[in-house]
Parts: sequence; structure tokens; C-alpha cells
Amino acid sequence: MDKRSVYLDHQTTTPVLEEAFQAMVPYFREAYGSPSSLHRFGLQVREGLKEARQKIAQMINAESEEDLIFTSGGTESANLAIKGFADANVRTKGNHIVVSAIEHPAVMNSVEYLSKHGFEVTQVPVDIIGRINPEDVGAAITPKTALVAVHLVNHDIGTIQPVKEIAKITAEKGVALYADAQAAAGWMPIDVRDLGVQLLSFSPHRFYGPKGIGVLYRSRKARVTSHIHGGVQEGGRRAGTENVPAIIGAGVAAEFAVREMDQRVAHVAMLQKRLYDGLWKHVQYIKLNGPVPGPLRICNTLNLSTEFIEGEGQLLLLDYQGIAVASGSSCVSKSLKVSHVLSAIQLDHALAQGNIIMSLGKDNTVEDVDYVVETFAKIVVKLRNMSPMWKEFEEGVIDSVIAPTGRGKSFTQHAADISGKPAH
Amino acid sequence: MKETKEYTLYNDTVMDHFLNPRNMGDVEQADGVGEVGAAACGDIMKISLKIRDGKIEDARFKTFGCGSAIASSSMATELIKGRTLEEAKNFSNQEVVDALGGLPPVKIHCSVLAEEALKAAIEDYEAKQPKVALATA
Ligand code: FES
Repeated sequence: MDKRSVYLDHQTTTPVLEEAFQAMVPYFREAYGSPSSLHRFGLQVREGLKEARQKIAQMINAESEEDLIFTSGGTESANLAIKGFADANVRTKGNHIVVSAIEHPAVMNSVEYLSKHGFEVTQVPVDIIGRINPEDVGAAITPKTALVAVHLVNHDIGTIQPVKEIAKITAEKGVALYADAQAAAGWMPIDVRDLGVQLLSFSPHRFYGPKGIGVLYRSRKARVTSHIHGGVQEGGRRAGTENVPAIIGAGVAAEFAVREMDQRVAHVAMLQKRLYDGLWKHVQYIKLNGPVPGPLRICNTLNLSTEFIEGEGQLLLLDYQGIAVASGSSCVSKSLKVSHVLSAIQLDHALAQGNIIMSLGKDNTVEDVDYVVETFAKIVVKLRNMSPMWKEFEEGVIDSVIAPTGRGKSFTQHAADISGKPAH
Repeated sequence: MKETKEYTLYNDTVMDHFLNPRNMGDVEQADGVGEVGAAACGDIMKISLKIRDGKIEDARFKTFGCGSAIASSSMATELIKGRTLEEAKNFSNQEVVDALGGLPPVKIHCSVLAEEALKAAIEDYEAKQPKVALATA
């Protein structure tokens, strides 16, 4: 029997929309000119580029399409937002940056780079569902703060952040606000003017656009220094011949994201609820990381920790059954470290190990979700039978973190006892 | 591009031992049990042994860990069955890696866990011996 194939990793990337793909095709072999050229091949391309720019500007309600800078992806956009803004404003505004503790690595590592080059960084903690408290951001701002960087939605646990409230504070204090919208774009409406942010970035491959293209919105009030040096493309802020086909595809993806937003959100939110209800009904000792499905959670993801088993094994067995998911377990990461997001929400190490991220898309179906629930429940049984922790829990040697029975020691204590070192 | 089904994270031998682990479980009334944890990633492996006349008659494992750790414990228990205690004491994780046809560099420590669990089980067995000797004397 042929296995069902279910892609549940839409927070990592999505397939390109048919319409976006078709729109891109002529720009590879027919309209292949560079928009910088003055001949008809170049001029022909400019028009398409302008149209795409407009569509993307509309998607986030930017004042003008001139406020967009196209880059190679979300990571470059985040680098440019942080390092470009810091460079341009260090003398006039100061050398202090405020970030949340659970930003994407593109933001975290850009900020870390700056901290090695004369900048001071304050990390604002989050609560146990991963929410940033705007007051904490306000308290972290000093007279030397140049920039506050917070994301709209967390990439791992799906928490929606109070960016508008944070923007009120930064506006009052005269500090620029950069919002990383990577995990949000396409899955919730974004209005840069309503939010009150000066910088915002995202990449269209998260909402059915192509890879290799990122967007940075920059209000005219926010100055950014170029970090890729060369010609004067993108208003001189990002050199290099534009990735024309990708920008064209991004424009179409943005257009559809706006047009189909309500429908897509309603569909994936329904699936998210069904997946959540199904998993919690069929699997014991399972914990949701981040907010419950609803107003505080992005509509398309679930981040769960299943106790007594490890995440990579779950991922591999699911993949074997045709289901593609992600995991924040240390065994999955190349550094063997648990995701910094899971550490920041103070998730017990044992639970961080059993972490799985499922993110839904517009093409997933109710049948997909039911298949995932059924398969996942079987996989958990298989892995628990293999896990020494499960039997030791049943025998009362170790206790559950999720639903403590009061018998036995903690997993972390047990791991420390047998390895001689703490599990962290 | 191949069919996506054909792409796997580990090679076929590792995948086979991960999907169809050999010797999974606990030896009943084991003569030696070793449970160890990996400081690197926090995973846990347990090996239990049945020992007869200085030989490993049966070996079983339980693992809380990644695919490579599960495959390593499956392969390690296969390899050591029938070996003498002296042979088993010289067992090295490299043998597991070789028998599995190689592991990704970041996953070598998972095979070390198998070596350590086996050695802990032998130590446990040997620590119990004087008592057994007294009881039967
Ligand atoms: S045992 Fe944790 S990475 Fe293999």
C-alpha cells in the first residue's frame, strides 16, 4: 500500500504556489535582462519588478514600495536590519540594543556579532508561554539604546508577541523598533503602520513564494547602512543584480497571501485545533509548548513535548510513515544543544529532548491530520517500549514532569546520577 | 531527484537497526545491568546481560535517544552476544560504528554510549560476584 505523504514543516518552508511559479518562468529565458540595464531587455524587467514591489508593499501596508529592500532571504534581511541600522545610528543614537531571549538565530547571532564590536546587548526574558512583557522592554531601554528587536511570532513555539504595545513604548522613548516577521508573514495580517515598527523583515518562501528572496521594510525615518557593497541596486542599500524571477514569484505569493488570508487562516486554524485535540486525546504525558491554539498562537503550528522519548526518533519514525516534521531536541541540532527558545521558557530538559514541531499549510487536509494523530500515537508506544525511562516511570523510579505522581526522582536527577554530570 | 521516500538521514544498515531493533527489552533476572547517560545530549542507554560460564549468553537494550543511539545499542548487543567477559571488556564503540557502516561525525558519541552501557553492565555483574560466591559457598 502506498503511504500517505504529509508535509508538516511549513514554518521551515513551503512549496511555490503554481501561479507564482508560472509568473516566474518567463523571467528565466525570455525577460532575462538586468533591471539596471538601459536597453529594452533591462527596461522590460523593471516593470515586472515594480509591480512585484507594489504587491509586497501592499501586503504589509507600507507607505511606498520604495521602502522595501530585497535581499537573498530572511537571514540577510535580519542581518541588514540589525547591523545596517546599528552602523548607521551608533554615533547619533548609541550602542545599546534590546532583544528578546527567543529571537531567531539570524537575529541572535547578528546581535552577538555586534556585542563583539562595541555594542551592549540586553536580552529581555519571556514568560513560560514565550510572551515578551512590553514593560520589560521599556525597562531595558537606556539613553544609549539605538534599537529594539523583537519578533512578531516565535519560529519555534508559535507565540504571537505584543509588538504594537512594544511599539508604543519605543515610540515614547524615541527608539527604533525592528520586528522580525519571518514566522508571521502570510499567516496573519501585517500592517507596519498600525504596528508602528520602523523595520520589518520576512521571506516569501514561508508563504508559497520561492526561496532566495528576502524582504526588509524600512520606514524612511530609519537609516540603514549597506552591508553588501557594489553597485547601486535597491536604492544603494543592497548591491548585486536583483534575483528577478524570485522577486516576481514573491510578488504573486504576496498577492495571493493577501487575497486568500482569511480562508487560509480559517483552514489551518481548524486543522491545528483538530491536531491538538486528536494528539491530546490519544497520547498521554504530552505537553504543548507556547500558547494554546487561539489568539496568542499563530494559526499553523504546534510545538509539543512527549515525555520519556526523544525527538529525533519521533521525527525519523514519522518520516518513515510519510510525515515530515521538525524537532528542537538536542540530538537533532548540530550543536547537540536544546533549542534556546525551549530553554528560555524553562522547559525541563527531559521534555525539551522529546520535542516535535508540526506546522500546517493550506494544502493539508482533515485526512492528513487524522493520519498524523493515528501514526503519532503508534510511534509514541513504539518508542516508549524502547525507552528505559518509560519502564522506570511505571515502576516509580522516576516521575513524570507533566503529570507528577509524587513517586520517584526527576528525570534530570536520574540522568545526572547515571552520567555523573547534569543532563544540561 | 529520487523518490523522497528513498532519502534517509542514516545509511541503510543504521536505518534497519533503528526501524527493526534487535535485542530490544530487558533480560529477565539479569546478571548485570548498566545504565548510562550521555553528557553531550542528555540521552540514556541501558544494557542488561545474562552471563553463563564467563560468556555473554544474552544481551538486551533500552534506549532513550536518537536514531543513531538506538541503532548503536541494537548493533552492540548483536556483536557482544557469545563473547567472553574478557573480550567484552575490550569492546570499543569503533566496532559498532564499523558494523553500522559509519555514523555521521556528530553522532559518534551515541555509539560511545553503547560501549559505556556494556561496560557498566559488566562492572555491575562483577560487583555482584562476591555476594553470589558467598551465597553459594
Ligand atoms: S544519543 Fe543524543 S545525539 Fe545520539
